Amino acid sequence: MSDLIYGLDFVTEDRARSVTTERRPVRIALILIAVAFLTIFLLLPLVSVFSEALRAGLGAYWEAISEPDALAAMRLTLLVAAIAVPANFLFGLAASWAIAKFEFPGKSVLNTLIDLPFSVSPVISGLVYVLLFGLQGYFGAYLQSEGIQIVFAVPGIVLATIFVTFPFVARELVPLMQEQGIGDEEAAISLGASGLKTFLFVTLPNVKWALLYGVILCNARAMGEFGAVSVVSGHIRGKTNTMPLHVEILYNEYNFAAAFAVASLLALLALVTLVVKVALEWRFADQISASGRH
Amino acid sequence: MAGARGLALKRPSALPGFGLALGFTLTYLSLIVLIPLAALILKTASLGFSGFWEIVTAPRTLAALRVSFVISLIAAAINVVFGVIVAWVLIRYRFPGRRVLDAIVDLPFALPTAVAGIALTAIYAPNGWIGSWLAPLGIKVAYTPLGIGVALVFIGLPFVVRTVQPVLEDFEREIEEAAASLCANRRQTVFRVMLPALMPSILTGFALAFARAVGEYGSVIFIAGNIPFVSEIAPLLIVIRLEEFSYAQATAIAAAMLFIAFAVILFVNLVQAWQRRRFGQ
Amino acid sequence: MDALVANEVNYATVGSPLTGGTRWDKPMQVSFENVVRTFGATPALHGVSLDIRPGELVALLGPSGSGKTTLLRILAGLDIPNSGRVLFDNEDALKLTVKERNVGLVFQNYALFRHMTVLDNIGFGLRVRPRSRRPSRKEIRRRALELLDLVQLSGLEKRYPSQLSGGQRQRVAFARALAIEPRVLLLDEPFGALDAKVRRDLRRWLREIHDKTGHTTVFVTHDQEEAIELADRVVVMSQGKIEQIGTPDEIYDEPNSPFVFSFIGESSVLPVKVEQGKVWLDEHPLDVASGKIPNGPAQLFFRPDEVEVGSDLPGAIVGVVSALRRHGGARRVELEVGDRRDHIEIELPADYRLNVSGRISVRPRRYRLYPAPTPNLSELIE
Repeated sequence: MSDLIYGLDFVTEDRARSVTTERRPVRIALILIAVAFLTIFLLLPLVSVFSEALRAGLGAYWEAISEPDALAAMRLTLLVAAIAVPANFLFGLAASWAIAKFEFPGKSVLNTLIDLPFSVSPVISGLVYVLLFGLQGYFGAYLQSEGIQIVFAVPGIVLATIFVTFPFVARELVPLMQEQGIGDEEAAISLGASGLKTFLFVTLPNVKWALLYGVILCNARAMGEFGAVSVVSGHIRGKTNTMPLHVEILYNEYNFAAAFAVASLLALLALVTLVVKVALEWRFADQISASGRH
Repeated sequence: MAGARGLALKRPSALPGFGLALGFTLTYLSLIVLIPLAALILKTASLGFSGFWEIVTAPRTLAALRVSFVISLIAAAINVVFGVIVAWVLIRYRFPGRRVLDAIVDLPFALPTAVAGIALTAIYAPNGWIGSWLAPLGIKVAYTPLGIGVALVFIGLPFVVRTVQPVLEDFEREIEEAAASLCANRRQTVFRVMLPALMPSILTGFALAFARAVGEYGSVIFIAGNIPFVSEIAPLLIVIRLEEFSYAQATAIAAAMLFIAFAVILFVNLVQAWQRRRFGQ
Repeated sequence: MDALVANEVNYATVGSPLTGGTRWDKPMQVSFENVVRTFGATPALHGVSLDIRPGELVALLGPSGSGKTTLLRILAGLDIPNSGRVLFDNEDALKLTVKERNVGLVFQNYALFRHMTVLDNIGFGLRVRPRSRRPSRKEIRRRALELLDLVQLSGLEKRYPSQLSGGQRQRVAFARALAIEPRVLLLDEPFGALDAKVRRDLRRWLREIHDKTGHTTVFVTHDQEEAIELADRVVVMSQGKIEQIGTPDEIYDEPNSPFVFSFIGESSVLPVKVEQGKVWLDEHPLDVASGKIPNGPAQLFFRPDEVEVGSDLPGAIVGVVSALRRHGGARRVELEVGDRRDHIEIELPADYRLNVSGRISVRPRRYRLYPAPTPNLSELIE
């Protein structure tokens, strides 16, 4: 009656589990539906990026990604990320230290503000900077007279990217640090450590995996941001185009293979991000806040 | 500094660095968020209510808002149905490839929107992998509102799945066992006992997916036809107005979008608060 | 209310609110025959056999890991044994699914449906019945209200579980289980999540309900006080086996193994030796009958409060007082006994005069003698 394989009695286990689960045919049907849905809506687009990128052959692929404008776009993307991610990293540390380790009025307002970029369309995120620094913006006249270009230039792109990505690190750290409480830090202080030492040697090690997780997500979004950057950039080839914008330009010129070639690099970045994300979640699930699902 | 801390803190703390941390945080937020937002509010206010109303109720604007909100609602609803199924399957069943499937759910989070946009267009264009299947049936997806829907389903799915998953994982087995012992069959247990209990998280997922869909730009503009009144989304209209240097118009539309989205989220939060009070946590 | 003899409850005369001519108006007999359950490589039940009489209130008592919950779950249909039989009134119960067994389940954490009112919770089992067996809505409501009354929670029908106290929730869980007119009631540590006082009140209340409705009831607990107080019979389990079955008196006064003796109530134990038909502590003979215990090392178990003391009793255990403690209205005395300075505890009235390092002789009035456990064969070889 029972099959004993590796000491496991499958028939009994299956029948025993059957009280709180569906019948076999139902289970199989649901699994198939889920797999089909995910494949069609999620997997297919990913695969098509690579297939379209290589459609014109490896030669064309290489040409597309080594072309000067493409390289300039890559450099700009990296530059923007190199500024935005560390800035947001610092912000995340400061904000989580203040929010998680102290009690002060207005904390929930602060939390809401930090979550703001998630509920605002990326286009609006770019729009607000144009309103401030654009030619007809509030500071437009002043900037023009000083010869400073923010919108339609790199600074605008950096600002818009920072706006869109600043919550990522903070959101990972705050819940986790709140959960961990202030016990460790109080112990360190009582033993004579300075604030900085406590922060570096006690607080940070406790959240290092969540920090990495947040930085990875922040970076992925910073490099991939499109809507906000599109609004503030001048779309000037070779000058104010990040990789996503370059993809758009190529696509609008019907240069599909090249567009997908550059896009494939971004897709690779996405895959790497996913892999690291999954690896971190798998091994350090308890050290990454439960609510950090963005 | 101690005085300022004493004012700001609700409870005295031995930990140092509060002033520095909070100061930096607030400065950063002001520069990056608050001042730009203030600009938005100021600009909107400067239109005056009648000016605002005129822009927002212009036919093209209304059409764009309608396209954005209606299709986002439908896409979020689709995501609720399939998202719950996916979450269920991932949590409750064991099968080969489950881990991989779980990771794939996060793809829309990680993939840049422009990349997703051109990929979806390639697939659903009349000569694409899926588009070529549907063309003989007379169904056009790319460059139509249907395409917008597909793109919005793509980017909204993870919100539903990731919101429902943890709640489903923690669901007390004993509740199901109790229902079974009371002679409920599996279908009754799932639909009368489990799904109602999951409603708060499902609603949250819906709200998040909806909010994201309404504001989505990059994944949509390639696959939408961007034809005014038919397949033009509100964010695109904002960009068009900006390119025309009609800052006022762009701002008004943006403000309208924010108001409506805010109202929906507020409504959902209220429903959830009511549920928490009634049914406990 | 007269105490009713459990075996002879007749549903009809007791006036159960649930008479309606269903098949289960006589309480059911439950039997286990040689039930084995292993999880992977770990055995949870080693061939357990047990007969539960109709209308009986039986406690499955034991520490965690004893297999008591596994046994209950197998009875409920939530788990399947690897081998063995389970019979309901001599019919094979393993053929039936949980639904078909018609058992009433009450869990430690209530498992109430959070989004339904109290009334809807209670009526759930009736509402999900197939159309042919489903009572009308009015009838369901009437029955639910009746049950609410039975569990003394009338007036709370519109509340939600989150608005009730723990004790109230558990009573709703009971009413919900009773609504389907179960053949047997199964309670899994039903009072485990409640405060001590609520627990005591509900114990009394459970006994009353049982006497009123007469269901065969099996409940799992690790609290021996609870089992002794409530049950008609107690089944003491340990490590997947039944150690002893008996009435509370039998279990308490005539435990048949060291495990049962020390698990139920309090115990003191002394290692002794049986030789030439007498019991020896070091080189002193004790006034203790050796009974059927073979020669060799043995263990003497007795309860701290079942001793007599004096300054020089013949055949008594002599000890030196090492510590004194208040214990409720009495005094606990710790003694060092014998060459190996074994420790035992006895209980004396609080006003008994005693000093630390005084000598005192102790004679247990009631005791049990068990052979010492045989050492592991592998230990011997080592």
